[in-house]
Amino acid sequence: MYSQGLIGADGRTEESPEFLAAFQARIDAEEKIEPNDEMPEGYRRTLVRQIGQHAHSEIVGMLPEGNWITRAPSLRRKATLLAKVQDEGGHGLYLYAAAETLGVSREEMTEELLSGKAKYSSIFNYPTLSWADIGTIGWLVDGAAIMNQIPLCRCSFGPYARAMIRVCKEESFHQRQGYEIVMTLARGTPEQKAMAQDSLNRWWWPSIMMFGPHDADSQHSDQSMAWKIKRFTNDELRQKFIDATVPQAEFLGLTIPDPDLKWNEEKGGYDHGPIDWSEFWRVVKGHGPMARDRIKARKKAWDDGAWVREAALAHADKRRARKMAAE
Amino acid sequence: MTGEVPLWEVFIRPRNGLAHRHVGSLHAADEVMALQAARDVYTRRGEGNSIWVVPSKAITASDPDQAAENFEPGEKIYRHPTFYDIPEEVGHM
Ligand SMILES: [Fe+2]
Ligand SMILES: [Fe+2]
Ligand SMILES: [Fe+2]
Repeated sequence: MYSQGLIGADGRTEESPEFLAAFQARIDAEEKIEPNDEMPEGYRRTLVRQIGQHAHSEIVGMLPEGNWITRAPSLRRKATLLAKVQDEGGHGLYLYAAAETLGVSREEMTEELLSGKAKYSSIFNYPTLSWADIGTIGWLVDGAAIMNQIPLCRCSFGPYARAMIRVCKEESFHQRQGYEIVMTLARGTPEQKAMAQDSLNRWWWPSIMMFGPHDADSQHSDQSMAWKIKRFTNDELRQKFIDATVPQAEFLGLTIPDPDLKWNEEKGGYDHGPIDWSEFWRVVKGHGPMARDRIKARKKAWDDGAWVREAALAHADKRRARKMAAE
Repeated sequence: MTGEVPLWEVFIRPRNGLAHRHVGSLHAADEVMALQAARDVYTRRGEGNSIWVVPSKAITASDPDQAAENFEPGEKIYRHPTFYDIPEEVGHM
Protein backbone atom coordinates (compact mmCIF):
# COMPACT_ATOMS: atom_id res chain seq x y z
CA MET A 1 0.00 0.00 0.00
CA TYR A 2 1.95 2.60 1.43
CA SER A 3 4.61 5.02 0.74
CA GLN A 4 4.93 8.55 1.91
CA GLY A 5 7.15 11.50 1.26
CA LEU A 6 10.65 10.27 2.00
CA ILE A 7 11.76 11.13 5.51
CA GLY A 8 15.31 12.38 5.85
CA ALA A 9 16.71 11.72 2.39
CA ASP A 10 20.32 12.69 1.99
CA GLY A 11 21.32 13.11 -1.63
CA ARG A 12 24.83 14.44 -0.90
CA THR A 13 27.34 12.89 -3.16
CA GLU A 14 31.05 13.32 -3.88
CA GLU A 15 31.71 12.14 -7.40
CA SER A 16 33.46 14.27 -10.01
CA PRO A 17 31.41 16.87 -11.89
CA GLU A 18 32.02 14.93 -15.14
CA PHE A 19 30.67 11.72 -13.66
CA LEU A 20 27.62 13.47 -12.22
CA ALA A 21 26.93 15.27 -15.49
CA ALA A 22 27.13 12.03 -17.48
CA PHE A 23 24.79 10.37 -15.01
CA GLN A 24 22.38 13.30 -15.17
CA ALA A 25 22.41 13.10 -18.96
CA ARG A 26 21.27 9.49 -18.76
CA ILE A 27 18.49 10.48 -16.37
CA ASP A 28 17.43 13.39 -18.59
CA ALA A 29 17.28 11.03 -21.56
CA GLU A 30 14.82 8.92 -19.52
CA GLU A 31 17.21 5.99 -19.44
CA LYS A 32 16.52 3.61 -16.59
CA ILE A 33 19.36 3.02 -14.17
CA GLU A 34 19.93 -0.67 -13.48
CA PRO A 35 21.67 -2.22 -10.44
CA ASN A 36 24.99 -2.90 -12.17
CA ASP A 37 25.23 0.60 -13.67
CA GLU A 38 27.53 3.16 -12.12
CA MET A 39 25.58 5.63 -10.03
CA PRO A 40 26.34 8.45 -7.59
CA GLU A 41 26.59 7.32 -4.00
CA GLY A 42 23.87 9.82 -3.04
CA TYR A 43 21.51 8.29 -5.60
CA ARG A 44 22.13 4.81 -4.23
CA ARG A 45 21.75 5.97 -0.62
CA THR A 46 18.54 7.87 -1.32
CA LEU A 47 17.02 4.85 -3.04
CA VAL A 48 18.08 2.39 -0.36
CA ARG A 49 16.45 4.59 2.22
CA GLN A 50 13.32 5.33 0.22
CA ILE A 51 12.69 1.77 -0.97
CA GLY A 52 13.47 0.49 2.52
CA GLN A 53 10.98 2.90 4.11
CA HIS A 54 8.44 1.91 1.52
CA ALA A 55 8.98 -1.82 2.15
CA HIS A 56 8.74 -1.37 5.92
CA SER A 57 5.53 0.58 5.42
CA GLU A 58 3.94 -2.24 3.46
CA ILE A 59 4.88 -4.72 6.17
CA VAL A 60 3.93 -2.62 9.20
CA GLY A 61 0.78 -1.60 7.29
CA MET A 62 -0.50 -5.15 7.61
CA LEU A 63 -0.85 -4.74 11.37
CA PRO A 64 -3.67 -2.19 11.69
CA GLU A 65 -5.77 -4.09 9.15
CA GLY A 66 -4.83 -7.52 10.47
CA ASN A 67 -6.42 -6.34 13.71
CA TRP A 68 -9.87 -6.70 12.08
CA ILE A 69 -9.57 -9.91 10.06
CA THR A 70 -11.15 -12.11 12.71
CA ARG A 71 -13.92 -9.59 13.29
CA ALA A 72 -14.88 -8.75 9.72
CA PRO A 73 -18.70 -8.54 9.57
CA SER A 74 -19.21 -11.07 6.75
CA LEU A 75 -17.39 -13.79 4.90
CA ARG A 76 -17.19 -11.50 1.85
CA ARG A 77 -15.49 -8.77 3.85
CA LYS A 78 -13.22 -11.25 5.56
CA ALA A 79 -12.03 -12.83 2.32
CA THR A 80 -11.41 -9.38 0.88
CA LEU A 81 -9.49 -8.15 3.89
CA LEU A 82 -7.36 -11.29 3.97
CA ALA A 83 -6.59 -10.88 0.27
CA LYS A 84 -5.66 -7.25 0.77
CA VAL A 85 -3.36 -7.88 3.72
CA GLN A 86 -1.75 -10.72 1.78
CA ASP A 87 -1.14 -8.31 -1.10
CA GLU A 88 0.57 -5.85 1.26
CA GLY A 89 2.93 -8.57 2.46
CA GLY A 90 3.80 -9.28 -1.16
CA HIS A 91 4.41 -5.57 -1.79
CA GLY A 92 6.88 -5.57 1.08
CA LEU A 93 8.68 -8.48 -0.53
CA TYR A 94 8.90 -6.87 -4.00
CA LEU A 95 10.29 -3.72 -2.42
CA TYR A 96 12.84 -5.40 -0.16
CA ALA A 97 14.02 -7.30 -3.23
CA ALA A 98 14.33 -4.07 -5.22
CA ALA A 99 16.41 -2.53 -2.41
CA GLU A 100 18.58 -5.64 -2.24
CA THR A 101 19.69 -5.03 -5.84
CA LEU A 102 21.47 -1.94 -4.43
CA GLY A 103 23.67 -4.00 -2.15
CA VAL A 104 21.79 -3.85 1.15
CA SER A 105 20.60 -7.10 2.71
CA ARG A 106 17.11 -7.95 3.86
CA GLU A 107 18.50 -8.77 7.31
CA GLU A 108 20.14 -5.33 7.62
CA MET A 109 16.91 -3.63 6.64
CA THR A 110 14.91 -5.72 9.11
CA GLU A 111 17.34 -4.90 11.89
CA GLU A 112 17.07 -1.19 11.12
CA LEU A 113 13.29 -1.40 11.33
CA LEU A 114 13.35 -3.27 14.63
CA SER A 115 15.94 -0.95 16.18
CA GLY A 116 13.89 2.10 15.22
CA LYS A 117 16.64 3.42 12.93
CA ALA A 118 14.57 2.97 9.77
CA LYS A 119 11.28 4.80 9.45
CA TYR A 120 7.96 3.72 8.01
CA SER A 121 4.86 5.65 7.05
CA SER A 122 3.55 7.60 10.03
CA ILE A 123 -0.03 6.59 9.19
CA PHE A 124 0.40 3.13 10.71
CA ASN A 125 1.07 4.51 14.14
CA TYR A 126 -2.65 5.23 14.53
CA PRO A 127 -5.03 2.60 15.91
CA THR A 128 -7.92 0.94 14.02
CA LEU A 129 -10.69 1.46 16.56
CA SER A 130 -13.76 0.42 14.57
CA TRP A 131 -14.69 -1.61 11.51
CA ALA A 132 -15.26 1.68 9.69
CA ASP A 133 -11.52 2.27 9.93
CA ILE A 134 -10.93 -0.66 7.60
CA GLY A 135 -13.08 1.10 5.01
CA THR A 136 -11.43 4.45 5.59
CA ILE A 137 -7.93 2.99 5.34
CA GLY A 138 -8.72 1.46 1.96
CA TRP A 139 -10.34 4.62 0.70
CA LEU A 140 -7.93 7.24 2.06
CA VAL A 141 -4.68 5.50 2.95
CA ASP A 142 -4.52 3.22 -0.07
CA GLY A 143 -5.90 6.12 -2.10
CA ALA A 144 -3.03 8.36 -0.97
CA ALA A 145 -0.53 5.57 -1.53
CA ILE A 146 -1.78 5.02 -5.09
CA MET A 147 -1.43 8.74 -5.78
CA ASN A 148 2.18 8.46 -4.64
CA GLN A 149 2.96 5.18 -6.34
CA ILE A 150 1.65 5.84 -9.83
CA PRO A 151 4.44 8.33 -10.60
CA LEU A 152 6.93 5.93 -8.99
CA CYS A 153 6.18 3.51 -11.84
CA ARG A 154 8.31 5.95 -13.88
CA CYS A 155 11.09 6.23 -11.31
CA SER A 156 14.55 6.32 -12.89
CA PHE A 157 15.71 3.22 -11.01
CA GLY A 158 14.55 0.19 -13.03
CA PRO A 159 13.90 -2.38 -10.27
CA TYR A 160 11.90 0.12 -8.18
CA ALA A 161 9.86 1.24 -11.19
CA ARG A 162 9.09 -2.34 -12.19
CA ALA A 163 8.11 -3.31 -8.64
CA MET A 164 5.78 -0.30 -8.57
CA ILE A 165 4.05 -1.35 -11.79
CA ARG A 166 3.21 -4.70 -10.23
CA VAL A 167 2.17 -3.08 -6.94
CA CYS A 168 -0.10 -0.51 -8.60
CA LYS A 169 -1.87 -3.23 -10.54
CA GLU A 170 -2.53 -5.20 -7.37
CA GLU A 171 -3.42 -2.05 -5.46
CA SER A 172 -6.37 -1.31 -7.72
CA PHE A 173 -8.93 -3.22 -5.67
CA HIS A 174 -7.70 -1.94 -2.31
CA GLN A 175 -9.17 1.53 -2.57
CA ARG A 176 -12.43 0.32 -4.11
CA GLN A 177 -13.09 -2.26 -1.40
CA GLY A 178 -12.46 0.44 1.20
CA TYR A 179 -14.80 2.91 -0.43
CA GLU A 180 -17.44 0.19 -0.71
CA ILE A 181 -17.23 -0.43 3.05
CA VAL A 182 -17.53 3.28 3.85
CA MET A 183 -20.40 3.65 1.38
CA THR A 184 -22.25 0.73 2.97
CA LEU A 185 -21.92 2.34 6.39
CA ALA A 186 -22.81 5.82 5.11
CA ARG A 187 -26.02 4.42 3.64
CA GLY A 188 -26.81 2.33 6.71
CA THR A 189 -28.39 3.22 10.06
CA PRO A 190 -27.66 6.61 11.67
CA GLU A 191 -25.24 4.81 14.01
CA GLN A 192 -23.38 3.28 11.07
CA LYS A 193 -23.17 6.62 9.30
CA ALA A 194 -21.83 8.18 12.50
CA MET A 195 -19.19 5.43 12.63
CA ALA A 196 -18.10 6.30 9.10
CA GLN A 197 -17.94 10.02 9.94
CA ASP A 198 -15.97 9.37 13.14
CA SER A 199 -13.50 7.31 11.20
CA LEU A 200 -13.07 9.98 8.52
CA ASN A 201 -12.55 12.53 11.29
CA ARG A 202 -9.68 10.53 12.73
CA TRP A 203 -7.98 9.51 9.45
CA TRP A 204 -8.27 12.61 7.30
CA TRP A 205 -5.37 14.62 8.68
CA PRO A 206 -2.99 11.67 9.05
CA SER A 207 -3.82 10.72 5.44
CA ILE A 208 -2.91 14.08 3.98
CA MET A 209 0.25 14.09 6.10
CA MET A 210 1.28 10.90 4.28
CA PHE A 211 2.58 13.04 1.42
CA GLY A 212 5.23 14.45 3.73
CA PRO A 213 6.26 18.01 4.66
CA HIS A 214 5.45 21.02 2.51
CA ASP A 215 7.80 21.55 -0.42
CA ALA A 216 9.32 24.60 1.24
CA ASP A 217 10.34 22.45 4.24
CA SER A 218 11.37 19.36 2.36
CA GLN A 219 15.14 19.74 2.11
CA HIS A 220 16.27 17.02 -0.23
CA SER A 221 13.34 16.98 -2.55
CA ASP A 222 15.02 18.96 -5.36
CA GLN A 223 17.78 16.39 -5.81
CA SER A 224 15.25 13.53 -5.88
CA MET A 225 13.27 15.40 -8.52
CA ALA A 226 16.40 16.05 -10.61
CA TRP A 227 17.33 12.36 -10.43
CA LYS A 228 13.71 11.49 -11.32
CA ILE A 229 13.31 9.33 -8.29
CA LYS A 230 10.36 11.61 -7.66
CA ARG A 231 8.19 13.07 -10.41
CA PHE A 232 5.92 15.31 -8.35
CA THR A 233 6.52 17.27 -5.18
CA ASN A 234 4.82 16.44 -1.87
CA ASP A 235 2.45 19.38 -2.19
CA GLU A 236 1.53 18.55 -5.78
CA LEU A 237 0.61 14.99 -4.82
CA ARG A 238 -1.28 16.14 -1.74
CA GLN A 239 -3.27 18.59 -3.88
CA LYS A 240 -4.18 15.90 -6.39
CA PHE A 241 -5.30 13.62 -3.57
CA ILE A 242 -7.48 16.26 -1.91
CA ASP A 243 -9.06 17.27 -5.21
CA ALA A 244 -9.92 13.64 -5.97
CA THR A 245 -11.17 12.81 -2.47
CA VAL A 246 -13.41 15.76 -1.57
CA PRO A 247 -16.09 14.87 -4.16
CA GLN A 248 -15.94 11.23 -3.03
CA ALA A 249 -16.75 12.31 0.53
CA GLU A 250 -19.53 14.60 -0.69
CA PHE A 251 -21.06 11.72 -2.61
CA LEU A 252 -21.28 9.76 0.65
CA GLY A 253 -22.75 12.71 2.56
CA LEU A 254 -19.72 12.74 4.84
CA THR A 255 -17.91 15.89 5.98
CA ILE A 256 -14.18 16.33 5.71
CA PRO A 257 -13.00 17.59 9.11
CA ASP A 258 -11.35 20.76 7.82
CA PRO A 259 -13.41 23.95 8.27
CA ASP A 260 -11.02 25.84 5.98
CA LEU A 261 -11.46 23.47 3.06
CA LYS A 262 -12.87 25.37 0.09
CA TRP A 263 -12.79 25.31 -3.67
CA ASN A 264 -10.36 27.78 -5.20
CA GLU A 265 -11.66 28.62 -8.64
CA GLU A 266 -8.48 30.36 -9.68
CA LYS A 267 -6.16 27.41 -9.07
CA GLY A 268 -8.81 24.83 -9.96
CA GLY A 269 -8.30 22.95 -6.72
CA TYR A 270 -9.19 22.96 -3.05
CA ASP A 271 -7.47 25.05 -0.42
CA HIS A 272 -7.05 23.31 2.90
CA GLY A 273 -6.46 24.42 6.47
CA PRO A 274 -3.09 24.28 8.24
CA ILE A 275 -1.57 20.87 8.87
CA ASP A 276 -0.31 20.12 12.38
CA TRP A 277 3.28 19.24 11.50
CA SER A 278 4.28 18.95 15.12
CA GLU A 279 1.98 15.93 15.29
CA PHE A 280 3.50 14.53 12.09
CA TRP A 281 7.05 14.72 13.42
CA ARG A 282 6.03 13.33 16.77
CA VAL A 283 4.46 10.33 15.06
CA VAL A 284 7.33 9.84 12.60
CA LYS A 285 9.76 9.79 15.51
CA GLY A 286 7.86 6.98 17.11
CA HIS A 287 5.52 8.75 19.51
CA GLY A 288 2.30 7.84 17.71
CA PRO A 289 -0.35 6.07 19.77
CA MET A 290 0.60 2.67 18.33
CA ALA A 291 4.30 3.06 17.52
CA ARG A 292 5.53 0.89 20.34
CA ASP A 293 2.97 -1.83 19.60
CA ARG A 294 3.83 -1.90 15.93
CA ILE A 295 7.53 -2.49 16.50
CA LYS A 296 6.81 -4.90 19.33
CA ALA A 297 4.57 -6.91 17.00
CA ARG A 298 7.24 -6.96 14.27
CA LYS A 299 9.89 -7.98 16.75
CA LYS A 300 7.71 -10.73 18.15
CA ALA A 301 6.98 -12.01 14.63
CA TRP A 302 10.70 -11.98 13.83
CA ASP A 303 11.69 -13.71 17.09
CA ASP A 304 8.84 -16.21 16.96
CA GLY A 305 9.81 -17.03 13.40
CA ALA A 306 13.43 -17.80 14.28
CA TRP A 307 12.82 -21.53 14.75
CA VAL A 308 11.02 -21.70 11.41
CA ARG A 309 13.98 -20.17 9.59
CA GLU A 310 16.37 -22.50 11.39
CA ALA A 311 14.19 -25.54 10.75
CA ALA A 312 13.86 -24.68 7.04
CA LEU A 313 17.64 -24.44 6.67
CA ALA A 314 18.16 -27.70 8.60
CA HIS A 315 15.53 -29.39 6.44
CA ALA A 316 17.22 -28.14 3.27
CA ASP A 317 20.56 -29.47 4.53
CA LYS A 318 19.01 -32.84 5.27
CA ARG A 319 17.38 -33.02 1.85
CA ARG A 320 20.66 -32.10 0.17
CA ALA A 321 22.54 -34.76 2.15
CA ARG A 322 19.95 -37.39 1.21
CA LYS A 323 20.14 -36.44 -2.43
CA MET A 324 23.92 -36.68 -2.42
CA ALA A 325 23.78 -40.05 -0.70
CA ALA A 326 21.39 -41.29 -3.39
CA GLU A 327 23.57 -40.12 -6.27
CA MET B 1 28.70 -38.29 -18.80
CA THR B 2 31.90 -36.29 -19.23
CA GLY B 3 32.47 -33.80 -22.01
CA GLU B 4 28.85 -32.70 -22.02
CA VAL B 5 28.49 -28.99 -22.75
CA PRO B 6 26.04 -27.51 -20.23
CA LEU B 7 22.73 -25.90 -21.09
CA TRP B 8 21.98 -22.23 -20.31
CA GLU B 9 18.73 -20.28 -20.21
CA VAL B 10 18.89 -16.90 -21.91
CA PHE B 11 17.05 -13.77 -20.74
CA ILE B 12 17.01 -10.51 -22.67
CA ARG B 13 15.97 -7.00 -21.70
CA PRO B 14 14.11 -5.93 -24.82
CA ARG B 15 14.22 -2.22 -24.09
CA ASN B 16 15.55 0.23 -21.54
CA GLY B 17 13.51 -0.06 -18.36
CA LEU B 18 11.83 -3.39 -19.05
CA ALA B 19 12.52 -6.61 -17.14
CA HIS B 20 14.59 -9.39 -18.70
CA ARG B 21 12.43 -12.01 -20.44
CA HIS B 22 13.21 -15.58 -21.18
CA VAL B 23 13.92 -16.03 -24.89
CA GLY B 24 15.39 -19.54 -25.13
CA SER B 25 18.37 -21.73 -24.30
CA LEU B 26 21.74 -22.70 -25.67
CA HIS B 27 24.75 -24.89 -24.93
CA ALA B 28 28.05 -23.35 -23.87
CA ALA B 29 31.08 -24.48 -21.90
CA ASP B 30 31.02 -21.59 -19.41
CA GLU B 31 29.22 -18.34 -18.63
CA VAL B 32 31.51 -16.17 -20.76
CA MET B 33 30.94 -18.32 -23.84
CA ALA B 34 27.25 -18.56 -22.98
CA LEU B 35 26.95 -14.76 -23.03
CA GLN B 36 28.79 -14.53 -26.35
CA ALA B 37 26.66 -17.25 -27.88
CA ALA B 38 23.50 -15.64 -26.54
CA ARG B 39 24.46 -12.34 -28.16
CA ASP B 40 25.11 -14.11 -31.47
CA VAL B 41 22.00 -16.26 -31.40
CA TYR B 42 19.37 -14.11 -29.77
CA THR B 43 20.19 -10.46 -30.49
CA ARG B 44 21.02 -10.35 -34.16
CA ARG B 45 18.14 -7.99 -34.88
CA GLY B 46 18.31 -5.51 -32.04
CA GLU B 47 16.18 -7.67 -29.76
CA GLY B 48 17.59 -6.14 -26.64
CA ASN B 49 20.22 -4.22 -24.72
CA SER B 50 21.11 -6.59 -21.88
CA ILE B 51 21.51 -10.36 -21.56
CA TRP B 52 21.39 -12.70 -18.60
CA VAL B 53 22.46 -16.34 -18.82
CA VAL B 54 21.54 -18.79 -16.09
CA PRO B 55 22.58 -22.45 -15.89
CA SER B 56 19.47 -24.43 -16.81
CA LYS B 57 20.07 -26.77 -13.94
CA ALA B 58 19.76 -23.82 -11.54
CA ILE B 59 16.14 -23.43 -12.54
CA THR B 60 13.47 -25.19 -10.51
CA ALA B 61 10.12 -25.33 -12.24
CA SER B 62 6.62 -26.03 -10.96
CA ASP B 63 5.12 -29.40 -11.77
CA PRO B 64 2.91 -29.14 -14.88
CA ASP B 65 0.72 -31.93 -13.49
CA GLN B 66 -0.18 -29.64 -10.62
CA ALA B 67 -1.15 -26.70 -12.82
CA ALA B 68 -4.85 -27.20 -12.08
CA GLU B 69 -4.31 -26.90 -8.31
CA ASN B 70 -1.75 -24.13 -8.58
CA PHE B 71 -3.42 -21.85 -11.06
CA GLU B 72 -7.14 -22.46 -10.70
CA PRO B 73 -8.83 -19.96 -13.01
CA GLY B 74 -11.70 -17.77 -11.85
CA GLU B 75 -10.75 -18.27 -8.25
CA LYS B 76 -10.86 -15.35 -5.79
CA ILE B 77 -12.61 -12.85 -8.00
CA TYR B 78 -12.57 -10.45 -5.06
CA ARG B 79 -8.94 -9.74 -5.88
CA HIS B 80 -10.10 -7.80 -8.92
CA PRO B 81 -11.30 -4.19 -8.80
CA THR B 82 -14.48 -4.90 -10.77
CA PHE B 83 -15.77 -7.10 -7.94
CA TYR B 84 -16.63 -3.94 -5.96
CA ASP B 85 -19.69 -1.83 -6.67
CA ILE B 86 -18.72 1.79 -6.91
CA PRO B 87 -21.38 4.02 -8.48
CA GLU B 88 -20.33 5.68 -11.69
CA GLU B 89 -20.90 9.16 -10.26
CA VAL B 90 -17.92 8.62 -7.96
CA GLY B 91 -15.67 8.58 -10.98
CA HIS B 92 -12.53 6.61 -11.57
CA MET B 93 -11.07 4.87 -8.57
FE1 LIG C 1 0.62 -2.05 -0.85
FE1 LIG D 1 -2.82 -1.45 -0.55
FE1 LIG E 1 2.49 0.81 -1.26
